[in-house]
Amino acid sequence: MTNETLRNLLKNGAIWGFIVLELVFFELAGQFLSLSDSAFMNLDNMLLLLKQSAPIGIIAVGMTVIMVNGNIDLSVGAIFALAAIVMLDSMNWPFMQALGDWSIPLAWIFALLTGCLLGLVNGMIVWKTGVDAFIVTLGAMLGYRGLVFMYNGEQPTYHLNWTMVDIAEADILGLQTPALVFIAVVVIVWLVTTRTVHGRNAYAIGDNREAAVNAGIRVGPHFVINFVLIGFLAALSAVAFYSGSGSVNPNDGMLFELWAITAVVLGGTKLAGGKGSIIGTFGGVLAIQLLRKGLGHIGADTETVNLVIGSILIVVLLLDRQLNRKGAEELKV
Amino acid sequence: MAEVRAGRSGASSDTIKTVGTLLARQGILVAFIVFMIGFTIWNPRFIEVENVFGVVRSSAILGVMALGVTFVVIGGNLDLSVGSMLSFSAIVVLDLHENPDFGPALAIPAMFAMTLCLGAINGFLIGYLRLNSLIVTLGMLSAIHGLTLTYSGGQNMDIANQGETWFDVFGRGEMLGVPVPVLMFGLLAAILGIVLAKTPFGRKVYAVGGNATASTFSGIPRARVVFATYLISAFCVATAGLIQASRTMGAQNTVGQGMELEVLAAVILGGASLLGGAGTVFKTVIGVLILGFIQNGLLLAGLAFYVQFVVTWIIIILAVWLDIATKRGKLWSPIA
Amino acid sequence: MTATTPALRLEGIVKTFPGVRALDDVSFDVQPGEVHALMGENGAGKSTLMKVLGGVYQPDAGRILVGEKPVVMASPLEAKANGIIFIHQELSLATELSVAENVFLGELPRKRFGRVDWDRLYTVTDEILKRLRVGFDARTRAGDLSIANQQMVEIARALTHEAKAVIFDEPTASLTDAEKVVLFDVIADLKAAGVGIIYISHRMEEIFKITDRITVLRDGQYRGTIATAETDEEAVTHLMIGRALDLSRNVSHHEIGDVALEVRGLSCGKLFQDVSFEVRRGEVVGFYGLVGAGRTEIAETLFGLRDPTSGTILLDGQEVRIHSPADAIARGISLVPEDRKGQGLVLGMNCRDNMTLPQVDDLKAGPFVAEGAEVAIFDQYRDRLDIRTPGWRQLAGNLSGGNQQKIVIGKWLSMHPSVLIVDEPTRGIDVGSKSEIHKLLRELAAQGYAVVVISSEMPEVLHVADRIVAMYQGRVVRTFTSEEVTEDNLIQAISGIGGQAAA
Repeated sequence: MTNETLRNLLKNGAIWGFIVLELVFFELAGQFLSLSDSAFMNLDNMLLLLKQSAPIGIIAVGMTVIMVNGNIDLSVGAIFALAAIVMLDSMNWPFMQALGDWSIPLAWIFALLTGCLLGLVNGMIVWKTGVDAFIVTLGAMLGYRGLVFMYNGEQPTYHLNWTMVDIAEADILGLQTPALVFIAVVVIVWLVTTRTVHGRNAYAIGDNREAAVNAGIRVGPHFVINFVLIGFLAALSAVAFYSGSGSVNPNDGMLFELWAITAVVLGGTKLAGGKGSIIGTFGGVLAIQLLRKGLGHIGADTETVNLVIGSILIVVLLLDRQLNRKGAEELKV
Repeated sequence: MAEVRAGRSGASSDTIKTVGTLLARQGILVAFIVFMIGFTIWNPRFIEVENVFGVVRSSAILGVMALGVTFVVIGGNLDLSVGSMLSFSAIVVLDLHENPDFGPALAIPAMFAMTLCLGAINGFLIGYLRLNSLIVTLGMLSAIHGLTLTYSGGQNMDIANQGETWFDVFGRGEMLGVPVPVLMFGLLAAILGIVLAKTPFGRKVYAVGGNATASTFSGIPRARVVFATYLISAFCVATAGLIQASRTMGAQNTVGQGMELEVLAAVILGGASLLGGAGTVFKTVIGVLILGFIQNGLLLAGLAFYVQFVVTWIIIILAVWLDIATKRGKLWSPIA
Repeated sequence: MTATTPALRLEGIVKTFPGVRALDDVSFDVQPGEVHALMGENGAGKSTLMKVLGGVYQPDAGRILVGEKPVVMASPLEAKANGIIFIHQELSLATELSVAENVFLGELPRKRFGRVDWDRLYTVTDEILKRLRVGFDARTRAGDLSIANQQMVEIARALTHEAKAVIFDEPTASLTDAEKVVLFDVIADLKAAGVGIIYISHRMEEIFKITDRITVLRDGQYRGTIATAETDEEAVTHLMIGRALDLSRNVSHHEIGDVALEVRGLSCGKLFQDVSFEVRRGEVVGFYGLVGAGRTEIAETLFGLRDPTSGTILLDGQEVRIHSPADAIARGISLVPEDRKGQGLVLGMNCRDNMTLPQVDDLKAGPFVAEGAEVAIFDQYRDRLDIRTPGWRQLAGNLSGGNQQKIVIGKWLSMHPSVLIVDEPTRGIDVGSKSEIHKLLRELAAQGYAVVVISSEMPEVLHVADRIVAMYQGRVVRTFTSEEVTEDNLIQAISGIGGQAAA
């Protein structure tokens, strides 16, 4: 195997290798430290993993497309919270209460529309003003979070509807609703990015924006669509999660953008755009969640988890840089 | 970037350019003055000395942090770890204050040393290893948060005998009628402002941020310069942490959470470009004050506390948009 | 040629930018099935004209006709829609995508629901690639291809449309001889298909080999169109520069001192191998060769930007290892780089700060920068080099190319180096500033500097250098003195012919 092939294999397959490594490590560590009587790698645990990965995972899928474009969206956590609040609070409205259980799909629609609207605002600002997506969504992160707090101050917003909870906790083949939604989103968006014109254009724009513009691709509307998409997905994630939990705090979703970006980068997407895959992001999400579960399995506390994940991100960056070096002939700038 | 369409350059874009350039140079200052006048007309309490001092005092912590981040941003990078670094500094100094082996006198330098180590890690990864600053400082945000929790065991820190220590001077004291935090902010701003504008080091920061390649081709040690900017940022965060801890004589583990955004907002409002090579300490101070007075103004107008976030959002977008628009001569973006 | 409707016709094209008339009433036409050369010095207006044709600029006056139809093209897309295809010098491909996706960028064949019709995409692309007789297929990742093959992808892109006119801008700059043959075959095919071709190049051999007519521009003005078969190089050159080419060989009248820089057997991986030469104080050594010959890479190695894989460097007889630019500067080596905007200047900083950047640590008054001393340096070199700028506060990015280059040169002269390396000193600079810089380089040699000039323009290197090192694909083919060099033997050397051991 040539050096070149080995490198490419390492680069593309890295995240899956890492996941296998984690599985083996935590399984053995758990046994060795005999902290828990159940094995790490059992079916129930893995199915639970999918469910727990869903909130960040669904958002990370949208983030992948945004980052392939060469953009970024820091406001997803705030959109997540705001959509959840709209969903739950709307069910408290008189006319909704009058509709009984029919208010559930309506509440979902309100939430999803909220996500789309917030994404639309971001996208339009990026298109029409030309301000970089980083700044636009940085401001939105503050602004949308402000809206979240303005809604109900620092109080949680809640609504309990057992039908909704039942739907959220529905179990098909061992997979609960959030996990199913996650998998569906992964498959659908994967198809879009690999099989549709819009998806392929996303890569073209991220890879060489000038060439794309000269070829007639309309970059502005393309960006808007992708921001609406990620807004929708953030709302969808909120719907899937909060339908089951029934209560949302104004601080919820904080740092979600951090985790989503981490998962996307771990999965092999380049920050500069033009390269990345949904499947890779799926791997990145699983890898992070696995790390959390694994560390918990061997008795580490949440603080250590944060510490470890932050460090892993940095190690990944280092490895990526190492694998991309051109060797002796490199220019030292 | 797609070629801006040349051709008939109408009077409108020329006017935008001239007015804009004038505005852009002193723009943020002009906007600030207009805003202050407007608000004072609405509510005369706005301009009262006590109110003004109150605003500056409560902006001091954010302001000190923004000074350090200004160096990082001019150097062409980002520092998103300042929020959790602040929490770390506050917790550590309080904890060491209560520790009989340290006490207040030793706690302060010890905390500075530890915070500077964190800054050195940032500087090393970003300056010497050339990793992406967004991702690294994002990762450090999380890592330092974990570090803080581990250090404190999840507990909040408080000073037990608050009356018996001189520690509160930094956050609550006054000298010659001026609150100490304001003095510290002002002093640090003056020193760092001079360093940035008048020393060789400051010149090198602008060069590295403006064009890192050309700087290397001119013999400027890029890695060392970037490393230094992160040390300065950490130093500023440590100072802010000191003021914060001293003011409330206690801290939660999450006291700095989210501040990295406000800091970045202040720096952007002050006109520093996120691409590097532009901005000044003075303008960042203006940005900090603008944020502070917006919050204050909204409060005096009786609006909810959180409205300021929405207002800040709008103002950031407007400020950057106008800045970009003047540079390209067109209000609307030429993105197809 | 009989009077058929031209494929492309320009009438009275005018284009002005602030302060300069880039195109001044230019008119000519291109017949279908003709290869029409467009020649002129750097700055003559060729690239502006091409941008007008390509829809990037709109002309201030005049009109363009495709066939019988006057057209207005507000964007590159509209130009393409009108059948005008532009093969750029800087290739613009999306390197991560496949060849097929690049060929059909923005025009991917669709099925229902916005799905890509992959079968059609690959089939049609493979057909086009077969016509071009290339060795790769439609699924190859574009970034994995050689420059020559990437160029073929650009041409393939052109062929997806009904091309009426195809414009080639310096297409052979990075090609080997074998690759050039393939390119000329493709051009012949286009010719046979009735496409009008505009061929922009400096290389006389190619022009006289494949073109039918030559149009010459000088200083934005149209100077004439002649049939290739009825003219020769001298006549064309005369049209281009308005005077006989001053190929006066350089005769140094001053003393040549000892060896300031000596290089023995220097190599750096695949970039260059076994390079040896020496430079004495008082002389100008020119490096000439095609793109990719390794000249810039040698300069970068001498300046500490690359580590050599073997060989030695001696300064004033002492062997040295140069680890970084700061190191090189400390040892008295200065480099005026190839890319003045990307490597030579911080465009957002003012002129004075740019000029004093390498020595900013030494110009101190206490802990502060001695701004007075800085301004003095700026003034000194502004006068010496005749730099036109309203003042030192002007941002470097606002200056013209020639003045920008002078700032960079001034920056390095103020360091008083013993060895001054200049890489493409007059690329993209107006004719007036060009000759000023040439004169300056000769003067520096007379003052005792050891000067190395890397150039891709033969008149320049012949005029300025005392000795010429000819390189080809990373190796020194031959070193000429100014007495023995001729255009012919120089061209042969850089094309790899007539190799001798380096002098």
